[in-house]
Amino acid sequence: MTDRETRLTLEVPGVARETGRPRLLRRRLGTLERRRLLTGLAFISPWLVGFLAFLVYPIVSNVWYGFTDYSGFGEAEFVGLDNYSRMKGDTLFWKSLYNTLYYTILAVPVGVIVAIGLAVAMNQRVREVSIYRAALFLPSVLPLFALSFIFIWLLNPRYGLVNHALAPFGVEPINWFGDPTWARLSIVLLAQLGAGQFAVIFLAGLRAIPTTLYDAAAIDGAGTWSKFRKITIPLLTPLILYDVIIGIGFGLQVFTQAYIITQGGPDNSTLFYVLYLYNQAFRYGDFGYAAALSCVLFVISLFLALIVFWTSRRWVHYELE
Amino acid sequence: MSAVFLAPLYWMVSTALKGHDELLEFPPTVFPGSPQWSNFRDAVEFIPFGTFFLNTLTITVFSVIGAVISNLLVAYGFSHVQWPGRDFLFYVVVATIFIPFPVIIVPVFILMAKLGWVDTFLPLIIPAWLGNPLYIFLLRQYLLQIPRDLTDAARVDGAREWQVLWRVVLPLSKPALAVVAIFAGVFAWNDFLGPLLYLQSEDNYTLAIGLQFYRSQYDVQFNLLMAASTLVVLPLVVLFLAFQKQFIEGATMGSLK
Repeated sequence: MTDRETRLTLEVPGVARETGRPRLLRRRLGTLERRRLLTGLAFISPWLVGFLAFLVYPIVSNVWYGFTDYSGFGEAEFVGLDNYSRMKGDTLFWKSLYNTLYYTILAVPVGVIVAIGLAVAMNQRVREVSIYRAALFLPSVLPLFALSFIFIWLLNPRYGLVNHALAPFGVEPINWFGDPTWARLSIVLLAQLGAGQFAVIFLAGLRAIPTTLYDAAAIDGAGTWSKFRKITIPLLTPLILYDVIIGIGFGLQVFTQAYIITQGGPDNSTLFYVLYLYNQAFRYGDFGYAAALSCVLFVISLFLALIVFWTSRRWVHYELE
Repeated sequence: MSAVFLAPLYWMVSTALKGHDELLEFPPTVFPGSPQWSNFRDAVEFIPFGTFFLNTLTITVFSVIGAVISNLLVAYGFSHVQWPGRDFLFYVVVATIFIPFPVIIVPVFILMAKLGWVDTFLPLIIPAWLGNPLYIFLLRQYLLQIPRDLTDAARVDGAREWQVLWRVVLPLSKPALAVVAIFAGVFAWNDFLGPLLYLQSEDNYTLAIGLQFYRSQYDVQFNLLMAASTLVVLPLVVLFLAFQKQFIEGATMGSLK
């Protein structure tokens, strides 16, 4: 404490003394520092207001609503852990959790592989690359609700383009959104239209790898595949980590596609967590239960993010940075 | 491969141009036999397309303005102003990038309802005016590249902080602001969950919600739906072709920590 006081007195001599017996904040910071603090806070105030009003307050109040029975009208009534014990026996809750994890565990690795594949394909130094890049990137910019509507018709078992295109290969018409197993896979397929976004990131990563590394490996007799596995992939791992983190976030949030295309069906196979949460709150008006569901999702998100960060120390390489 | 990625768009346009009978032909025709351009007119007349379009545009424009102003202010405060606690709060900003929005839809909805903002555009516009962690992060990265000598020189000349921001930093940060504007605009235009939660009367609907009107209980008029989708998607395609560089830069900037 004395150290700090001395240091601050040295920085702004006189000023600290003039304020007489200052309050704690003043004594710690001094007038100049305090003015800087106020200037800084003034500039970031939009974020600060948003952070407190639309993030901190909602999260805290959500914990409270999770312990209540609340219809959205009138007062929330405290019911203790009722909402949480209700989850234990709620088969649809477990089903939606299972569907969401199934989707995430499938969509994230598929997304990484597709994106890296596209990036490698684009990493050819030919002139048309910019056209291919634009074509691959464009769908990721388009609204998911429009892509969902397009997919309903594109994957229509009888009138859709996809089954029509597969027919010459002897593939029987697939009931894409009508069959429980295919429906989840179709939603994973739809997500791949966004792969262009990450492909562009991986492409930038590929181009940042010094060619000397490949040359050195070639001298050591490494083939294309082992160069890819031993050099390219390790050096892309920081970007893969980024893709995995964002991908998990999107995976846990999957909603729009299921809401528009399948409404959770068939046989609840695409009843994803957020769709179930949405139904509880906005269809059945059970805000208390929905809030408790949100709390569980929050903990799951946090838990998954921590696991990924924790294990990332083992598989992410930062040598070049 | 590119063809696969463009197939959905092609199918959208091709379906938009088919007549009702051709729609239900089996096997499906890849090229529309006789393009029905009148589908576009019918699609626009089938729902209050003009109103939905204007609503979407209003929300988008005000979101973009808010995003550019607020994120520039905040990013400036996190880069060129020195103040105690700055770096700690910036870590908080970065940590919040990863909080998935649906986790808080319930309490935020209750809050918006208490504010009396439900069924107005405010829940869709005001948050854009309060900064976005990802855009703050991107902009700050960019602003840090502006040499401090420049801003310090202006301060020595007696400029106040907001003057430094306005005269020195703003002109230099236009490329990054363009990226923020594009991202915020695309997000607002494409948003589905927000309008679904907050807009209740038909007069306030955006295109995202309005497209559902082509789907009745018994029937979906896919040619009209696809025609309307084409009209929704068209501005984005034009924007993308015009600002491809910014789109791709924006996507890459996020990952380069």
